[in-house]
Amino acid sequence: MQELIDLLTGAGREIFGPATAAFALAAIGLNVHFGLTGLLNMGHAGFMLLGMYGYAITVRETGNMWLGILAATVAAIVFGLLLGWPTLKLRGDYLAIVTIAASEFVRFLGRSQVFKDLTGGSTGIRGTDFKEPFESLSPFPDKLVTIGPFTMHGSRSSSWWLVVVAWVIVGLFALLFWRLANSPWGRVLKGIREDEDAVRSLGKNVYAFKMQALVLGGVIGAFGGVLFALANAVQPDSMGRPTTFWVWTLLLLGGAATVFGPILGSILFWVSLVTVRGLAGWFIPENVMSATEREPFSLVLVGITLMCLVVFRPQGILGNKRELVISG
Amino acid sequence: MVNAPLSPAAEYFKDVPHEPGAPKPDPVIKATDVHRHFGGLTAVQVDHLEIQRNAITALIGPNGAGKSTFFNLLTGFDKPQRGQWWFNGNSLQSRSPAQVARAGMVRTFQLTKALNRMTVMENMRLGAPLQRGENMIAALFPALWRDHEKEITAKAEELLARFKLDTKKDDYAGELSGGQRKLLEMARALMSDPEIVMLDEPMAGVNPALTESLLDHIVELRNEGVTVLFVEHDMHMVRRISDWVVVMAEGRIIAEGPPETVMQNPAVQDAYLGAHHDTDLFEERQ
Repeated sequence: MQELIDLLTGAGREIFGPATAAFALAAIGLNVHFGLTGLLNMGHAGFMLLGMYGYAITVRETGNMWLGILAATVAAIVFGLLLGWPTLKLRGDYLAIVTIAASEFVRFLGRSQVFKDLTGGSTGIRGTDFKEPFESLSPFPDKLVTIGPFTMHGSRSSSWWLVVVAWVIVGLFALLFWRLANSPWGRVLKGIREDEDAVRSLGKNVYAFKMQALVLGGVIGAFGGVLFALANAVQPDSMGRPTTFWVWTLLLLGGAATVFGPILGSILFWVSLVTVRGLAGWFIPENVMSATEREPFSLVLVGITLMCLVVFRPQGILGNKRELVISG
Repeated sequence: MVNAPLSPAAEYFKDVPHEPGAPKPDPVIKATDVHRHFGGLTAVQVDHLEIQRNAITALIGPNGAGKSTFFNLLTGFDKPQRGQWWFNGNSLQSRSPAQVARAGMVRTFQLTKALNRMTVMENMRLGAPLQRGENMIAALFPALWRDHEKEITAKAEELLARFKLDTKKDDYAGELSGGQRKLLEMARALMSDPEIVMLDEPMAGVNPALTESLLDHIVELRNEGVTVLFVEHDMHMVRRISDWVVVMAEGRIIAEGPPETVMQNPAVQDAYLGAHHDTDLFEERQ
């Protein structure tokens, strides 16, 4: 019985946990790329990792978290401009190839021994090196706090303080997305998603619009990375290709081009991942599968579930069926 | 309603010689020495062409004559190896498609480019130029663009009513029939009040009932002062609405003239039917 309660509270925590918020925010960024503009960014983890490094290194060196946020923003803008400059004039597939390579490039640079003093190499940057300025702002007590069935620290790492801040930020960016998606600017982006040449023939500078979308979505992704770093630590290998695909999965799961799709998708993804992991621990005997094997196995199960969802409900949970029929 | 032979535009062409590259009294477009090769293939080599303002000019020719390529060159969608062309006396060389469109020269496409997963109304609104809300920062403040948006919407409704699409304004463009999409594309092009509309095969895939109304719309446009240049295969359409016909074959302009007589030109008949079309097969064998 106690086990069941633990599983339920563990899964329940993922509904509002900081990682859920971080991935929801990253997915809002990807939604600007893919949902609005149709850009195939396959290197979103690169933007997130640059955000993490930008924030963590700056805060470690200066102790100022606002400078850290600025550094994360600038890093994502520069990365977006560099990626977009050669590829956005080409067909969409090229952006996919370049982004996936570039994000791996960022990860390998980060974990290489050459920049060990700056990035900490493959071990990354410890949380204690950069979390202090953010955590010191916490109005919550500096100890474990229990609210309902959930117990978390008040101020440190995955804390109630971070949960509140993270969801306020997610809410603000969801609002920003809604505002932009329903503006004339968003209309041009949707036009580009449907047919670039048609939009060109109407006198719009398609290249400039695509660049703006790439940079904006990348900055939002970098902020998602900062939230993730504040909940855990900076670890380059946590931002590899799987992370990009998780963000894609939860965006498609929730429904691309919708305002709440990324949020709902992130919640469902993390809740189901934790649930499946817990259930696998109960039902699969140790002699069939060891604990270390269960971890990737539960990811496989989640992957299959999501594949089924995408096959049977390709517009995502919140997507518009009517739109999908047309594109097919 | 359709009255091409008696149109006021016929006046302009009274003294124009019926020959390739003939100068027009008031040309809106001039092109000189435009060459486009794809590897060894010469797609377009136009020595000289002038398009008369406020008239309907048809660009015809057999398949592979280079009509669409020439269209793409004029509108900035393709770059020639050499050549110069002017719109209202301003050179349009190495201008982007967007710049060409902003200058007042708007085109449609042979394969209709309706924006399928957007509503008919959103398609129309996208055609409007100079909407301030298309700036990313301004987009955040609806107060800056809401009034303009209302004007745009009113104008779009007017145009949709004219093209009998007003009942469809909240449907997705992808739900329209092929012919309705052509109408939508044309209406959308008109949102910017262009000086010249360039229609690439406006009748392709349109059912006969809609063809009539499309033709009427094109003539109406001309009567309102818009210049129309269109590519078409169907000679019947060309005869009905055009004021002037330019014939292309193998990348060159081989004939120009009014629609009633241009088809009698032996060069045109050769281009369409082959050089030996009037030779008796028996004679040829001899």
